[in-house]
Order: sequence, then structure tokens, then C-alpha cells
Amino acid sequence: MRLIDAGLGINLRVVGFDGGGKFEERLLQHGLYPGDQARIVRMAPLRGPLLVEVAGREIALGRGVAQKILVEALECA
Amino acid sequence: MRIALVGRPNCGKSTLFNQVAGYKAETGNFHGTTVTFTESKVRVAGQVIDLVDLPGTYLMSGSNPAEAVAKQYLESREVEAVVNVADASHLAQSLELTLELLTVNQPLVLALNMMDEALRLGLKVDGPGLARALGLPVLPLVASKGRGVRGLFLAALEAAHQAPGERLKPAATAQERHVQAQELAGRFVQPGARTLTWRDWLDDILLHPLWGYVALLVILLAFFQTVYGIGRLLEPPLLALFDLMTLRLTAGLGAQGLILALAVGIFQGVSAGVAIVLPYLLPFLLGLGVLEDVGYLPRVAFLMDSLMHRIGLHGKAIVPFILGYGCNVPAVMSTRTLEEPRDRFIAAALATLVPCAARLSVVFGLVAFYLGPLAALGLYVFNLFVIALTGRILSGLLPEDTPGLILEIPPYRTPTIKAVFNKAWFRIREFVVEAWPTLIAGSAVLALMNFFKISSLLNWLAWPFTWLMGLPFETGVPLLFGILRKELSLVMLGQALGSMNFGAVMTPTQLFTFTVFVVFYVPCVATLIMLRRELGTKGMLWITLITVIVALAAALLARFGLGWWLG
Repeated sequence: MRLIDAGLGINLRVVGFDGGGKFEERLLQHGLYPGDQARIVRMAPLRGPLLVEVAGREIALGRGVAQKILVEALECA
Repeated sequence: MRIALVGRPNCGKSTLFNQVAGYKAETGNFHGTTVTFTESKVRVAGQVIDLVDLPGTYLMSGSNPAEAVAKQYLESREVEAVVNVADASHLAQSLELTLELLTVNQPLVLALNMMDEALRLGLKVDGPGLARALGLPVLPLVASKGRGVRGLFLAALEAAHQAPGERLKPAATAQERHVQAQELAGRFVQPGARTLTWRDWLDDILLHPLWGYVALLVILLAFFQTVYGIGRLLEPPLLALFDLMTLRLTAGLGAQGLILALAVGIFQGVSAGVAIVLPYLLPFLLGLGVLEDVGYLPRVAFLMDSLMHRIGLHGKAIVPFILGYGCNVPAVMSTRTLEEPRDRFIAAALATLVPCAARLSVVFGLVAFYLGPLAALGLYVFNLFVIALTGRILSGLLPEDTPGLILEIPPYRTPTIKAVFNKAWFRIREFVVEAWPTLIAGSAVLALMNFFKISSLLNWLAWPFTWLMGLPFETGVPLLFGILRKELSLVMLGQALGSMNFGAVMTPTQLFTFTVFVVFYVPCVATLIMLRRELGTKGMLWITLITVIVALAAALLARFGLGWWLG
């Protein structure tokens, strides 16, 4: 599943990136790694960015970026 | 003794720098604000230290220019100790940089900043345990309140005089270091119950799909209203004072001819700086500092991302635009935080089209004063329209290949008065030191040219433009001098036309067309210098050309559109 398609508030795990080396490097620099737990907190209207919580920090990701991040939903604990 | 401060963006590194160094560093709650490094002599524990504030680094092995600068510096210049500032409230992320710094062969001290913030989140950080695990001195710090600063520097001085001890071996790849950092944080940070705070509640409103934009509009309106309110309050008495002084000066000198012309010219330059620009610039910069340090600007980027995409940029590029309303110089500087050269070029080109405080004085002095506030508002809307159109055209010519916005949204922070004033002072100093002398010199030169009647030569030079726009022949000189400083266009218009009552010597259409051209054409010299520094000579020349074309097109539209509308 792609991050863009994962609904609001669902606990997710980042599985991988689908955008080339440079894209991956940018995400790593911002502290987003495969294996990290994430959750979409907010969505801006009009095809605006997503606000994603990763390890207690909030990162805004554009739709184009969210399109290229692969995630899986976590089971409810 | 030289000590370098290194830390991730938003860890409070610049706040710490300002606590000890005074006004010389800029801080911001928008990541990557400290894009050029600043060095300052500070006195700590009776010793003078050269303290270096390094650009916000996400990780040392980064590819963005700001990160390259930091890496180069640590490797190339003589640094005797490194202080790594970490955000205790988000330790895992901060420790990734610490792990990378372990391999740098320099004495290293880790400062756990924002301990108050961590406490608020219910986190318990085991500093001594972390120190043993890393093999580094670890010190607590609340930089915003100045707590723990002295102890930190004493530890850094001590470390600089000792051979580094046995340190933890960091993992080889970034991915492994990420895991290692999380393990360390897991071991030494005890999580507490995170309660929903007023901050979450605030974001519910400020980032709301509807109320967020209403709030943005209200905040920006209140911001500009306050700034202009203060400016309008201060400007008339200051202008009156300077007019009186000019009168006294001419009477008192009893001089005539050359000396008088020169004295009046210089004096007009001085008064233009004090009475026209400063009343607006100072409150603007103070207000902007507050918005920056509170952490609102990244939220504006979040809200505006989708709109900015329409002109081919993303949300982060909103900052140069907002800054541009104060002064184009910091606006162009702030384009450095954008990753792609293409984004930097477009953002810089568009930011120079934003009417800065100096151009605002022209808009107020000509359009608002003679044609009414509605006409001035119309001009601002027209300006936004032209910027959007230019953005569309430029992004069409330079197709986008960036995936879009990736931006950390920091928690809200209470700005400290010291940091806000320091930053405003830093920016005002740029105006006073660099721009004001040019303003005074320009004013004097023009007075001399008027005296020797050689201004007609310059008027002929600008004649193709003034003729096209249907402006009086004499407006050529004020337009040319506007390149020095935009407000000169207003000051010198009075001299050139021989009357300060512009309504009597120019038609409404001419006033509006003149102002439109002033708003868009060639950015001022200070901005040009900054453009060359950021984009190179070629980029600067391209942007100059673009602004002239845009200005001419917009002015012609204003001339014929308004002429048709007014009959």
C-alpha cells in the first residue's frame, strides 16, 4: 500500500521507498527510514500535503512524496 | 580556542549561540535558517573562545548545500572542540548525528537541549547512562532560558584540553545508525504518558482545512495591520521633524548654490532612511521574528503547499514570499533552504517581484495617498496575479522534477524577547550599514546632477521606457535611482518634478502606472548583490531581465487598462 492511500489515524509501518536513490536519501536525511512506525495525523485540503507523525515528530509530506512511500498497516495491539 | 556548535535543525543550536554571542547569529524555528555559518568571539569562564555556529545539519553525509557547508568546515578548518546540540525531547533523531560525529577526530561534548520540553512530554532522560554508553561528556541544557550554558562550555573547554577517551563504535551505514540511535534512546529515555496539550488543540485550529486558512488570513492581516499601524503613527511626526530641520538648515547655512544643493540632497537621503523606511521595517522585522520563533512559518508552508504547486513550487517556498514583504534581501537568502536549483531560481525570481517595505512606501506615498486605499489594495491583488502568472510561465519553461514537500513541523515554542530583538537588530543592521549609505550618496548625487542640469541626460536614457508607459519625461531619473534603493523613486520624484504634490503634476493613470513599474522592475542593488551570491552572475542577470519584462508588461497593462476604464 502507498502512504497516500492509507487512511487518517491508522498505525502504519514504512516498508520501502519507490522513487530512486536521491529521493530515498532525502527521506533518510529527514529521519524517515524503512521499519519506522508512522501515522497520518492530518491532511491539507485541495490535494495539499499530509502531516505524518513519525517517532513523536511531525513531518509534512507532499502528495507526490506520499505516493512514493510504501507502507503496511499494523495490526491492532 | 575555537569551538564548533553542531546540531540538527530546530534543536536550539542558534538559540544557544545567541545566548552567549549576542546579536551576530540569526535564529529561526524554520529548519535550515542558519544557512551560513556565523562566528563570534565569546567570553566563557574568563576565557575568550571563537564560537562557530554551523548550518542546520540533518546528517553529515547530506547533499543539500547547507549540509555540505557544515561538513567542509569541520574537516577543513582548525576546530579544537565540537559541541553537539541534541533535542532531548526527540533524542533518537538527534543521536543519529551524534553517532556520525563520533568518527570525527575532535574532542566532542553532547548537550541535551530542551530538557524542559522533554519533561513536559513526560520523558525521563538518563544523561549519565548515555554518557557512559557513548564515551562522551553529556550535559543538560535549556538554551532558551540560559540554563546549563556555563557548565556546557566549561565541559567543552575541559574536553578540548584532554585526549578523547574510548568512544562507542558507530555502525557503518546510515540505516544501521538509525537503528542504533533508536536502541540508545530506548535504553536511556523512559517514555511517559503523552497528554494532549494546548499545542495539539492549537494545531487542530491552525492546520484545519477551513479554519486554518481563516486563521492564516487573520494572523497575516493582524500582522500587517499592526506593522503599518505603527509605521503610520511614527512616519508623519518624523517627516515633519525632518522638514523643519531642512528649513532650518537652508536658513541657517545661509548658503546658496552648490553647497546648499549638496547639503539638502544629503539631508534628504538621511531623512528618507529614518522617516520613511525605519518606521515600517523595524516593527515588520520584530513581528516576523515572533512568527518565525513561535514555529508558525512551517505551518504556513503546510497550508500553502497545494497553492504553491500551482505556480510550480512547493510549500517551503512560501517563506521567501512572506519575507519579501519586509525586504527582498532576506527573502533571496532564505531560498537557500530549497533543495533544487530550479526551485531556488524560481523562488528568488518571484520573491523579487514581491513589494518590499521600501516599495510599500512608494505605494502608500503615491497610490494610497492620491488614489485612495482601495487602489493600493487593488495594486497588491494585481501584484499577486502577476507573480502567479510569472510563476506559471517560469515553471512551464523549467519543468519540475522534484517529488515535493518534505518538511518537519516543529512544536510551538515561546519566543524569547532576546532572540527576537537580536534577529531584528541583525537584519536592521544590514539596512543601516549597507543600504543607507547608498541612499544618502544617491540622494547627494542626484542633487548635484540637478544642480548641474545633467539629469536630462539620464532622462533621455530612460526615455524609451517612460515614453512607452506614457510617463512624464522627468520620471526617468527617479526610476533609474530606484535601482539604488526603491524608496528613492518616491523621494526623487519630488525633486525631478519640482513638486511634492504629485496629484497636481501627474494624472491618476500616470501615478498608478509609475507605481506598478516601480513595484516590479529591477530589484534594488542590495537584492542584486544577494542574487549574485545565491545564484551566480548568470542567475542574477536572468532575473534582472525577467523583472524588466514583467514590469514593462504590467505597467502597459495598467496604463491602457486604467486609461480605458477611466475613459
